[in-house]
Amino acid sequence: MSRPKNQNYKGHGLPKGKEREQRASIRFKTTLMNTLMDVLRHRPGWVEVKDEGEWDFYWCDVSWLRENFDHTYMGEHVRISHFRNHYELTRKNYMVKNLKRFRKQLEREAGKLEAAKCDFFPKTFEMPCEYHLFVEEFRKNPGITWIMKPVARSQGKGIFLFRRLKDIMDWKKGTAGKKLTSLEAQPARNTVNPSGSHDTRSSEDQKDEIPVENYVAQRYIENPYLIGGRKFDLRVYVLVMSYIPLRAWLYRDGFARFSNTRFTLNSIDDQYVHLTNVAVQKTSPDYHPKKGCKWMLQRFRQYLASKHGPEAVETLFSDMDNIFIRSLQSVQKVIISDKHCFELYGYDILIDQDLKPWLLEVNASPSLTASSQEDYELKTCLLEDTLHIVDMEARLTGREKRVGGFDLMWNDGPVSREEGGPDLSGMGNFVTNTHLGCVNDRKKQLRQLFRSLQGQKKTPN
Amino acid sequence: MLQEESDLSLIIAQIVQKLKGSNLYAQLERQAWASLQRPEIKLESLKEDIKEFFKISGWEKKLQNAVYSELSVFPLPSHPAAPPEHLKEPLVYMRKAQGSWEKRILKSLNSMCTELSIPLARKRPVGEQKELLNKWNEMGTDEPDLSLFRPVYAPKDFLEVLINLRNPNYENGDSLSFRTHLGLIQVPLKVKDIPELKEFFVELGLTTGQLGIDDSTQVPPELFENEHVRIGQKVLTEQDSAAAQQYIRQGSPTALRAELWALILNISSHPEDILYYEQLKTNVIQHDLLVDSLIYKDVKLTASNDDYYFVFEDYLYQVLLCFSRDTSVLSHFAYNSASPPKSYIRGKLGLEEYAVFYPPNGVIPFHGFSMYVAPLCFLYHEPSKLYQIFREMYVRFFFRLHSISSHPSGIVSLCLLFETLLQTYLPQLFYHLREIGAQPLRISFKWMVRAFSGYLATDQLLLLWDRILGYNSLEILAVLAAAVFAFRAVNLMEVTSLAAAEVSLGEGQIQLFAPDSVLVITF
Repeated sequence: MSRPKNQNYKGHGLPKGKEREQRASIRFKTTLMNTLMDVLRHRPGWVEVKDEGEWDFYWCDVSWLRENFDHTYMGEHVRISHFRNHYELTRKNYMVKNLKRFRKQLEREAGKLEAAKCDFFPKTFEMPCEYHLFVEEFRKNPGITWIMKPVARSQGKGIFLFRRLKDIMDWKKGTAGKKLTSLEAQPARNTVNPSGSHDTRSSEDQKDEIPVENYVAQRYIENPYLIGGRKFDLRVYVLVMSYIPLRAWLYRDGFARFSNTRFTLNSIDDQYVHLTNVAVQKTSPDYHPKKGCKWMLQRFRQYLASKHGPEAVETLFSDMDNIFIRSLQSVQKVIISDKHCFELYGYDILIDQDLKPWLLEVNASPSLTASSQEDYELKTCLLEDTLHIVDMEARLTGREKRVGGFDLMWNDGPVSREEGGPDLSGMGNFVTNTHLGCVNDRKKQLRQLFRSLQGQKKTPN
Repeated sequence: MLQEESDLSLIIAQIVQKLKGSNLYAQLERQAWASLQRPEIKLESLKEDIKEFFKISGWEKKLQNAVYSELSVFPLPSHPAAPPEHLKEPLVYMRKAQGSWEKRILKSLNSMCTELSIPLARKRPVGEQKELLNKWNEMGTDEPDLSLFRPVYAPKDFLEVLINLRNPNYENGDSLSFRTHLGLIQVPLKVKDIPELKEFFVELGLTTGQLGIDDSTQVPPELFENEHVRIGQKVLTEQDSAAAQQYIRQGSPTALRAELWALILNISSHPEDILYYEQLKTNVIQHDLLVDSLIYKDVKLTASNDDYYFVFEDYLYQVLLCFSRDTSVLSHFAYNSASPPKSYIRGKLGLEEYAVFYPPNGVIPFHGFSMYVAPLCFLYHEPSKLYQIFREMYVRFFFRLHSISSHPSGIVSLCLLFETLLQTYLPQLFYHLREIGAQPLRISFKWMVRAFSGYLATDQLLLLWDRILGYNSLEILAVLAAAVFAFRAVNLMEVTSLAAAEVSLGEGQIQLFAPDSVLVITF
């Protein structure tokens, strides 16, 4: 089946041929025991395989990936939920390097203004290798607060704030050179390939090295936007189906996670004030599980609109779109774009008082455990729609711009909300096809979508 | 004709009397004096010139808004010989019922007080005052031991009282007829029927544009939304209360709502208002009241546990603690069937010169009270403005939801309106629910008492409260409650118990896409 040459709308890359045949049943595997398991088990035609059985779909965890991906054969139709070297985006030190390099490239190619669009990441230095650069920056800005984060840990572990060099001198003596368990160990130095990507060393090399935990020192955002006197960050979900070409979907729902205590810069030791991960908040003495400390993004968007007006909110959300796209573009050339892979990222965004969004980090394995009924529904729908887009059932045509709560945000180029192809004339009427925090009438949309797909199947081309 | 004229002059005299004591009067006087400096004011035509000046400078508008505000709030004067109680509540049996209900509440409060050996009020030691002042913006972090405190009453206790209300002059007869009212409320008050409601709520008709429906994503904004927003902005520029009230009947755009409500309620933040609030805050710091613990408990039990309002916990304390000390609230008892409870200085029981109102504002909070404030936190962030808006909303509307009166917006009428609508237009459903022991009012009562706060998503709730302000009436609450039942009628016919009915209606949050669409169903 050939497609007409003058078609200006590109499909979102579903493979053709044998692998697009309908399969009798789809064998899935996963180790996660939360909403994901519920969603997979309830999906019609999907069967769980245990232990060493063959699978068509694997929602794996990153440690399995690291150990097995390279020597696992996967058929054409098989899908797996991570990219081999996703850590280029998700490990803080690599992400910083990739973003810095991308920014330089943009500045060379398109000028300073274009490059400035990449300034959504607070100044970050890798420790200990960039220690001296950090000290230079530190001395230029006396009195500001910095945050030290381990590159590879999650859920707020190991993070602390500081204002004096003395504080990190002590830390340096304490943890640098500390032996870690094999679980925590990350390779200290990596061979840097000409393309700029970082490879993990072969297992022989790893044995000889003493694992040292890497940290980054990052400028702490001292003027976060507060609601009810509390600091919060936003969790947004982005689904990447391929890197070359770059195809990314943005989910309409997400949430704002609130710190349980009122924000003040006076107590930088109080991690409950500054860190907003639910995992950390759960251990705070103030925490009441019923509260949940989360607002759905729709609520957040309405609150901002009633306070600042719809235009300011539009600007903020399109700045966030910019963060998602640029961050993905910065790693586009280094991530191995295997067609078997897709990935659901959890972006953490912080808004400051000037309504500027900052990227805190990108998670390759965002938590899929539900903290409340509302949260359960959000994650269930998110996962269902992710599976719709992965499309093991071979139902989609590949030209969809919206599937359930996901909107196609980038398809080897910007995607317009309007019908037809992107506006190449550059007339500026372009509105991106993103609806973060907007109404998510996914059930209705899915019904319409699948009904029309059924109809199309019946009439052969 | 003569009667109307004398009525009108009585009203004018009353309003003038009220406004003479207000800040606006002083400001107008000052402005008038200052205007004498202006060249266009001539001695020969002093009166006309000053009037003209007021018109141009916008002061006339302010006066207009103030008069409109008075007209909206104060009931019209009745017969000159009528005693003041009639302004509060004309029906004797209602007054009596309210009186005995109040006695019960006060008794409950006093007994809690005695049991716990806590004084109703005490002065805070200086150390404690300092501590509270430091913590003023984060009182929510306090975790006082509130386990011994119980709310003075909950809405369901109040419902029982209403169910037992009877008019001693009215005899239904024992035989059932088609006229028999099958619901829980058995008093013969006049409530609107659907044709009357249609006329009253004419702007909510199907052919008029509404925010909440006609601004949804499928409808192009040119059809209604854009024009509506433009008119809203114009109303705000003109600063016309009456126009704002008319405008908001079709819903308020999110960005304009805070200002529109302030305009309709005639709230402007002058330095005096901010000072007044600060004074109340000082009162809170200096004295501790027993009701404070009740307020704390209520906030912790309701708003703090709410998925959306927990963020505003601190604001709630800042508003409610000050509210209970605000003696200006006492003036609303002139038209409220309730009366402020009296308490006596220790040892001086019965001696009028040692009587004080307790709490100082005369309002004893009940379980869920803080939910009246919570949605407002979405709109107002400055504590004194938030406070003023809440206070005005309370003395105009919310007080009617927990006092026994015959007023058409009073809770008794709302309950009766709800039941009548249901019985008249969904008799099968009503009968079925009654048979399974799930009288509809038992479910919808709590929605109406709280004006749906906590039972509807905030954006929908604010659209609902837009209409309360627009129509200056709470009847919309009863209509919405009936519409919810109508919306879920099919499911409800299948349930076999009260609990199942509650679940079917969405325990906790009522799931509605747009309450307006539900209203449209009714009409």
